[in-house]
This record gives sequence, C-alpha cells and structure tokens, in this order.
Amino acid sequence: MHEKIFEKIEMEKNQTGNIEFFLGEKEMKSFMLPEFIIERSDERCIRCRVCERQCPEGTHRYDGELDMMFHAEEKCVGCQRCAVFCPTNALIVRPHPSQYRPNANWTREKLQDLKKQAETGGVILTGSGNDKPYRIYWDHLVLNASQVTNPSIDPLREPMELRTFLGRKPDSLEIKIGEDFEGVEIQSELFPNVMIETPIVFSAMSYGAISYNAFKSLAMAAKEYGTLFNTGEGGLPISLRDGYGSSAIVQVASGRFGVDPDYLNVAAAVEIKIGQGAKPGIGGHLPGEKVTEKISETRMIPEGTDALSPAPQHDIYSIEDLSMLIYALKEATNYEKPVSVKIAAVHNVAAIASGIVRAGADIVAIDGLRGGTGAAPKIIRDNVGIPIELALAAVDKRLREEGIRNKASILIAGGIRNSADVIKAIALGADAVYIGTPALVAMGCTICQKCYTGRCSWGICTQDPYLTRRLNPEIASKRLVNLLRGWSHEIKEMLGGMGINAIESLRGNRDHLRGVGLEEWELNVLGVKGAGE
Amino acid sequence: MVSGLSLRDMFLEGVRPIEKLLRYVEIEDDRAIIDASELKHKEVNDLLRYVALKHVTKVDLVNVVGQRYIGTRLHIPNPSPKLEIHIQGTPGNDLGAFLDRHRIIVHGNAQDGVGNTMDDGEIVVYGRAGDVVAMSMRGGKIFIRDNVGYRTAIHMKEYVGKIPILVVGGTAQDFFGEYMAGGRVILLGLNLKEGERHKAHYIGTGMHGGIIYLRGKVEDYQLGKEVGILKLEEEDWKFVERQVEQYCNYFGANKEKIMEGNFIKLVPVSRRPYGKIYAY
Amino acid sequence: MRFEINVKSERFIPDKDMQACGLFGVMNIEGKRFGGEMAIKAIINMKARGNGLGGGFAAYGIYPDYKDYYAIHIMFQNRNLDAKKKVDEFLSKNFDVVFDEEIPNNPEADVVDPPLVWRYFVSPKKEGEDVKLSDDDYVVSKVMHINTSIDDAYVFSSGKDMGVFKGVGFPEDVADFFLLNELYKGYIWVAHSRFPTNTPGWWGGAHPFSILDWTVVHNGEISSYGTNKRFLEMYGYYCTLFTDTEVMAYAVDLLMRRQGLPIEVVSKIFAAPMWDLIEHMDEKKKKLYSTLRMVYSPLLINGPFTVIVAHQGEMFGITDRIRLRPITAGAKGDFVFLSSEESAIRAVSPKLDLVWTPRGGEPVVVRLKRKDHLMSIKESI
Repeated sequence: MHEKIFEKIEMEKNQTGNIEFFLGEKEMKSFMLPEFIIERSDERCIRCRVCERQCPEGTHRYDGELDMMFHAEEKCVGCQRCAVFCPTNALIVRPHPSQYRPNANWTREKLQDLKKQAETGGVILTGSGNDKPYRIYWDHLVLNASQVTNPSIDPLREPMELRTFLGRKPDSLEIKIGEDFEGVEIQSELFPNVMIETPIVFSAMSYGAISYNAFKSLAMAAKEYGTLFNTGEGGLPISLRDGYGSSAIVQVASGRFGVDPDYLNVAAAVEIKIGQGAKPGIGGHLPGEKVTEKISETRMIPEGTDALSPAPQHDIYSIEDLSMLIYALKEATNYEKPVSVKIAAVHNVAAIASGIVRAGADIVAIDGLRGGTGAAPKIIRDNVGIPIELALAAVDKRLREEGIRNKASILIAGGIRNSADVIKAIALGADAVYIGTPALVAMGCTICQKCYTGRCSWGICTQDPYLTRRLNPEIASKRLVNLLRGWSHEIKEMLGGMGINAIESLRGNRDHLRGVGLEEWELNVLGVKGAGE
Repeated sequence: MVSGLSLRDMFLEGVRPIEKLLRYVEIEDDRAIIDASELKHKEVNDLLRYVALKHVTKVDLVNVVGQRYIGTRLHIPNPSPKLEIHIQGTPGNDLGAFLDRHRIIVHGNAQDGVGNTMDDGEIVVYGRAGDVVAMSMRGGKIFIRDNVGYRTAIHMKEYVGKIPILVVGGTAQDFFGEYMAGGRVILLGLNLKEGERHKAHYIGTGMHGGIIYLRGKVEDYQLGKEVGILKLEEEDWKFVERQVEQYCNYFGANKEKIMEGNFIKLVPVSRRPYGKIYAY
Repeated sequence: MRFEINVKSERFIPDKDMQACGLFGVMNIEGKRFGGEMAIKAIINMKARGNGLGGGFAAYGIYPDYKDYYAIHIMFQNRNLDAKKKVDEFLSKNFDVVFDEEIPNNPEADVVDPPLVWRYFVSPKKEGEDVKLSDDDYVVSKVMHINTSIDDAYVFSSGKDMGVFKGVGFPEDVADFFLLNELYKGYIWVAHSRFPTNTPGWWGGAHPFSILDWTVVHNGEISSYGTNKRFLEMYGYYCTLFTDTEVMAYAVDLLMRRQGLPIEVVSKIFAAPMWDLIEHMDEKKKKLYSTLRMVYSPLLINGPFTVIVAHQGEMFGITDRIRLRPITAGAKGDFVFLSSEESAIRAVSPKLDLVWTPRGGEPVVVRLKRKDHLMSIKESI
C-alpha cells in the first residue's frame, strides 16, 4: 500500500509541474517558489472534499482510488477559505517557510517579482492596499480623555451625536425673524448637503470590480444604517436605482461608465474621480472576462470588451477644466446634489485641494498611500503617493488658512482600520471617512491581494456565478451593519471620554491628539504636540 | 485668514433669480426666443428649463457668446416635450453635455466638449467644433459640417441597440477615436485637397469597440496600433449612405460625389488591447 | 550674471505655483495703436476660466514719448517705502533715471491689497566689468538683483515702450485699477485671467511674466518645471516667483534673444515632435529635429500648456505637443487674435475673416507688417 501511495505521489508531482529538471529546455519552467504551505492533518481529514470545492484556484484534489487529498501549493493564494470551511479544522495554511539566502536588500518578494517578470514580460499586478512598512501615523497618535477638570460623558445613557452633513456651508445665515419669534425664516440660499448618521461611508468599489451581491450588500447596509455607499466608476444597475439611489454617491470617472442623466439624478451626491490612492496618476483596465452581460449593460460597453478607464478624464487637463465638469454636473442635476472631487494624496495635495474647493466642489475626498484597489500595478501601488494622515492634516490646515474650510467637507480614504483611526482622522480635520478594505473584510475578505484574478473565493471580487453565489446580501449586509454599529459605539465611547457629546466638536480639534515617537517635522505637518507637551 | 483669498464663485457670481431673467425671453405658444447677450452660463439654462417646463418645443437662442452647458439641465422628470434649440452665435464649452433627448442646432462654430457624455438627442453644427467632440457619448447623433479638433469621439460607447453616431464633414486633429469602446464615427474629409491626407495622427489609438468610417487618404503611420483596416461590406455602405444623406440634407452637399470617394473601415484589432501587458 | 540663492538645501525651496487660466492676445499687424477695451472685454467673456485670484495685461507701444528708455515697472509689496528707497538708490547708481512716477491708479477698484506700483524710465550706466555686457544683459542682471536681493520689491516688466500691469482680482478689476482703458494705447494687448491652485495671494504672482520686453501668459502646469528651472540656473536665470510661467519667460529670453533662434525653431524645442513622427520625416528634418531634442532636452516643456508670448513687434501662441490646453486664432482686417476660446474673440469681433486652431506644438506667429500667422493654418482645423 505504502509503495502504491509513493508512486501516486510521484505521479501527482509530475502532473502539477514539479518535474525535477529537463535535459535541454523545451518550454519555460517557472522558477517561482510557492507562497504558502498547506499542512493537512490526515488524522482529522474526513475526505469531505469541502476544501476542493471551495478553492477556485484548484489547489486541493481528491484521489478516489487512494481515498486521499492532495494539494498543489504553488496555486494557493492564502485566502484561508478552505481552512475556515474545513469542518474538522484539518488544514493550516501559512506562509511558505522556504527562503532564499537571507538578504536585507534582495528580499524574497523582490526575487519572486523578478522571476515572474522574467517569465511573463508583464507589469506585475496586485490588489488591495500598499503593504509596505511605511510609517502608519495613526499608530503614533494618541487620544485624550477627561480627568477631573471636565467630566467624561457616559454614552450609554446620555445623548451622543454622530450625525454629519457633507457639503458646502454658507459663511453666514440671513434670517428673518417675526414679532414673537414665531415666523422665523431662513433667507439665505443654502447649498445641497447630504446627511449621514455616522461619519463612516463605504468607499468607491465598482460593480465589475466587485460582484453584484457584494455591491448590493454595501448598498443595503448603507441604507439601513443611514450612511452612504459609493458606486465607483462602474455605474449603478437599474435594478438598484429606486431602492438604493438615495444612499449612493455616484462616481463620474474617466471611463464615464454608466453615466446617464438618470444615474446622476437618483443619487445622494455625485463624485468626480480624479485619482485613487492605490494608483495615483494611472487609469484602470477591467479585463474583458469580467465584463459580463449585466456589467456590459450597466457600463454601456459591449460584453467581453476591456473596460478601459483612461488615466486622466479627457475633459479635465487643468483646474479650470475641473471647474467646468463640476458645474456641468451641477447643471445636469439642477444644482440639487453636492459634487465631490476625489483625488489621490500626492505631494502638493494641499494646494490641489484648495484649487478643487475654489473650482466649486462641495466635498473633497482624499485617498492616501495605503488606499485599496481591485487591481493596480504593484510598482505604482507600493511607491506613489503620500500617507493619508499627513495629507489630511495639510489639507485641513491649508483650507483653514485660506478661510475656505467651510466651503467643502473633507472625506478621507485609504488605510482606516478601526474606529480609533476614524476618530483620529476626525480630530485631524476630516468630516467623515471612507472605508473600503474593512467593509470587504467584514464580508469575508482576507486581504490575499489577488483581487485582480477575478477568482475571489469569498465571492466578493469576482463575476464567476459559482463564486458570487457564496455571498448572500442579506447576511453580508448584516455583517456590514454590525461593523458600522460596533465602530459607532466605540467612537461614542471615545468621544464621551473626551467630554464631547457631538462629533462636530472633535472635528479639526487637534488638541485632543498627541504624537508619540514622531520627529519634529512630522509633528509640524500633523499640527499636533508631542505627548507630554 | 489671509485677506483677499476668500472664495469667489466665478460661475455663480451675479447670477440673477429667474424672475429677473424673464425680460430676456419671449414665449408664443410652443415657440420661444431667448436673447443670451447679457446672460451668464447658468442663466441660459435657467431660461431653457423654464421654457421647457412651459411646454415650449422650439426655442431660438440668439446672441450666444460662449455660454457653457447649453441643454445640459433639461433632464426633466415626467417627460416634457422634446425641445429644439436653435443657437445663433458661438456656444461655449460642453454644449449639450449629458444631453437627454433634445435637439440642438448651432448656426456657427462650436467649441470644446460638444456632446460630452451625451445620452440621447441630436446636435447639428453648421461650422466647426473644437476638442473632445462626442467624448464618452452614449447615444444620439452629432453632425459637424466642418473640422473637429483633438481627441474626437474619445471613449464613445454603445450597448446593444443604443449606438451613438458622429458624422464629421471635414478632417480632424490627433487622437481621433482614441479609446473608442463603441459607436459609429464617419469622417468625410470633404475639405481636403486632391491627394491630401487627413491631418490626424494616432487615429483610433486604444480603440477596442465601435467602427470608424474614414473617407480620403490616410497613411499607415497615422493609425494607432490597435486598429485594423477593412473594406466596407454591403451593410456598411448602406449605413454610411444613410448618414451621408442626412449630412447632405442638413448642409447641402452632393451625396453621390461623396459616396464616390475612397472609404475605409477601421475596427479594433482586439476587444482586449491591453490584455497581455500584465503578469498575473 | 550669477547670484547666490541663499538656501541651505533644495528641500527648502517652495513648490511651484500651479494654475490654469484664460488667455487672450490681440495685435494690429500694421502697428496701429488702440485702447485696452478689446482685451478687457474678451477676458471678461472667459470669466469662468479664472477665479479672481489674479489678472494682468501686457501692452506694447504704450510709451512713445520714452520709447528709447527701458520702462521698469516695479511693485513694492506692503507698500514698503524702505524697499522703494533701496530700489531708488540701486537704480540711480546703475542707470540714468530720466523720469519716474507712481503708475496712475484708481483706488476705488475692486482689487485686493494693492501694493505701491512705480515706473522708472532709465538708460544703463555701465561701469567696470559691466561695460562688456550688452544693454539688455545689463538690464537683465540688474532686474535679477532687485528680485533676489531687495525684499518686497519685484519687477513687473523692464522692456522698452511696453509695460506689464497685473494684480490680484479679476482681470477687469485690475484693468480698472490701472486705468488701462483710459490711459493707454498699444498695438499689442495680452490679457490673462488666473485660476491658481496654490497662491500666496500677492501681485507678483499674477501674469504676464516678463523679462526685458518679453512677456509670457500661460495656461497649464509645466510638469518639467524642476528640470527646466535647474537648467536655466546654469545660464544665470533664477526663478524667484516659483511659478512655472517664469521658466517659460527665461527660456524664451535665453533661446530667442541670447541664442538668436527664431520662434519657429524654439517652438520645436518646447513642443518637440514625438520620436515616431520624426521617424517619418525626410532625412534633413529628421536630423534637425533629432538634434534639437538631443541638445535642448532640458528645455522640453512637458505637461499641458498654452502660452502667448509677446515682445516688440511680435506675438506668438503655442500649445504643448499633444494639445492638452486650448488655443484658437482669429483674424479680422489688420487685427490678429489668440484666445483660449473662440467665443472671447467673437465677443470683440463677431464677424471674423478667419478662425483656426493650429496643431499642438505648432506656433501661430504674428509679426508686424507680415502675414506669418497664416503659416499655421496649413495643419490647422
């Protein structure tokens, strides 16, 4: 029996390509090492074959003749779907221990990338946000709490308000007051604002990048919790417009996919996407195989065609062109919707944001260095842009200095991981934050960074009907609402601790932040004192 | 706050309420005349929306000098009748941007961004037009009598039966049909001299959908590497003839003479032009 | 011509200004002088292209009584009289000042914090080493000295029989401040409406930028600024105003005045043809364009731009090589117009003889008593 198994294993190896060497190379053999190792406890394994069915990469394989499970580790992306679904916990998937000679300069990742490019000649793709060890400023900022001199507030029993308005505010109100204060009337013209019940909004993730079910889950959760989701640049399916339009920020991006007058008018707000933190300055390609019939209809391009988003919007080559599109959208929506402009955080972000506000935007959205993506060239994701904390502090300061901070709300995105990050962002000056990756993780994502393959085992970043069925919008939206609820509670607790009972009193209130382990210039940019100062 | 930096809205500054604008419009039954000479960008559309809601179907917009977005704010729920807007003068950028069903006729030249992300309707220009004509156009028709500028028909789209059409009588500048994802574009080159080639370089670069019909001479190196040249099939000829006929109806050219010219058909080599540049 | 810039490291040099704008230029090719009305009216038509943070004008032929003297327009920030005293001393030491006065203005105009703006009509008084310099080079070096060494003093313009008038406000307000329509007649008028994204809110940052009688108005953002700027520093030009337009002004001065290249060639340095178009040229042209690209690569102006450059007897407009910013030319009788939008030309001259849009990188050159502007029609639409 043992011999037979040994023979079989040899055969398996050959089939999966692990042939030891060739006499004379006929075709290019991959020199890549597997990224993950799979450890299967044979004692626990009951041959139920769940792992085999759950893995869209074809990593696991059952051999009926031997009644044994085999795996091809080089296919494994480490998404943990099999480990989670294994009923007997028989699987451990962890980073592969095999290492090249340790080298601080030539890391395993760099060597693997070189080999991959040598084998394909291509641009290396990746998904999710920048995973490089740039300084995470959230982790160097600490919050304040009341002790003695003013009381902390108990959020469980006393009112604690998170309601936020996004949009342009006038400098002053002209109010006509009647004799006995009965007939009070606002005379000033007000700008459109959109109200959210918690300062957390779902980031732009397009239908196309993510599945219909994932997209709908975000819409449902946003509606239920009284916040917003963002359609991304792939349009809003007709079937969701009536139910969820009023919870949507609809994007107008360089591809102008699915942008029709109705799309603009059903939304809560319109966002012009200039850039994305994960890939500032470049466009995007949704590969043709993801352009299914329904996506084709929503985006208005033929089925199976690459959906190409050019790098720039070709009617915006400068700030006055941006102004032209902002007002075009205000015209197209009868001046009833706030218009947001989303940019990636780059070197001159403060000046650019000022220009955006002066160009007529009601909201400035800034996406930082660690912002996520469904697909981006790795070299761009890992090297272009600046951290959101510094960008936010610089923008808020600049707009205040110019006396135009009230003319637009600031939404930030890219690298928010928990409610502490949210509250620190608000203290640095944000009106609200976008969350993308946390929402995906709530739905099942494990940040395996393989979003671009279209084979997401969690049914999120895929259009394969076999996989998308795994995500039930009823359940996924519940997970999202739970996340919003949990974070909102935590934010209330932290606010109460600071003796604040309305989120607006923390906005831009950097007195409640202190820096730890930061250099002088960093404290200066952030506009916070060092701890103990 | 630094003095003098306060925000001034160059677009909305000085815009008057609709009551004050009514003296610029005359309505008689379903016809109206609007004098745009003293109107700001937004005021023009305020009045157009006003007359549309009064069930006007034809409006003469006279003395136009650079006002933008004409026709953009006419997406009116509970469908009002289609409006036909005749423009005298020079309309500003983004003429008919996001246009919804209506018809715009320009008796003169147009500027940049004609029919930007236009959804439906028709725009006819008795003159030339500037850059990015028909950008991301989704439906409807545009006829330009003379030349067009850079990046015409960039990222035009289509879906099943909804196919936008652009007909240009003259020639075009660079990046004609760049990123085209759908639609039909006809470039007639009527004002080129005998044997003179079209002026555009990088024609159809990044094109991955739709069709360009090009009449007149063009060198290979003027074409983007994502397009292939084909001969017109019978169906193509029929389609082109129909559009040329309409062009001639509008602008009074000789259809037979136009159809005698040398046409080529440009189509994308691949619907996935950049499928191979990535390492997965 | 060398000055030490007193900064420890390039890290402390502020970033350049970024902006976008509306441009307009009009020239009478017979040299007939006319008032500022056309330029003002045209730039008002393009109001939505600016945001009230800068407007300016250049006019040529406005000082016939002093046409042999350099007319130096200088602003004194914060109306700093100490700076003025230093400038007065510096100018009387280095020049014969034949006349000077405050530039007449309307204090009621709707502009922001007007500085003191003075004009001096001067001729060079060269001594020592400076004798070797041409008058123009001498003036340039003195202008550079004022800009880099005297706080709160900035030279608006320094050419003969011309002047730059600029400030913070919408251009029509700046025109109102300087009484341009009432007091001046010129044969070239250039106007600029500014939309900065990065503004120190001061008058020196407005357009046009000028050195000697060269003026530049610019729309766009020059992505190659850092490269261009560092190259120009080798030739003694220091960009003290931190705007990319300044780079254009100095590059034009270097290539056209000092090196004597015509604009037809200079335009191919700024907006060089793509290599794959050069491939299809005949051998002679191929050699020329390849050599230009090789030698002058640090002066390739990359990124979106339209500029209108003027100097005595000449005005030209050019865009970047892939036309990321607009320009339209028009002609009516002896008037030739350059503008960001056709409608602005039509606003001042509804019935044009000609209207055209040149290819990206193809200059429209308007010269006195010549029809050179028609050359650009060939490849236009």
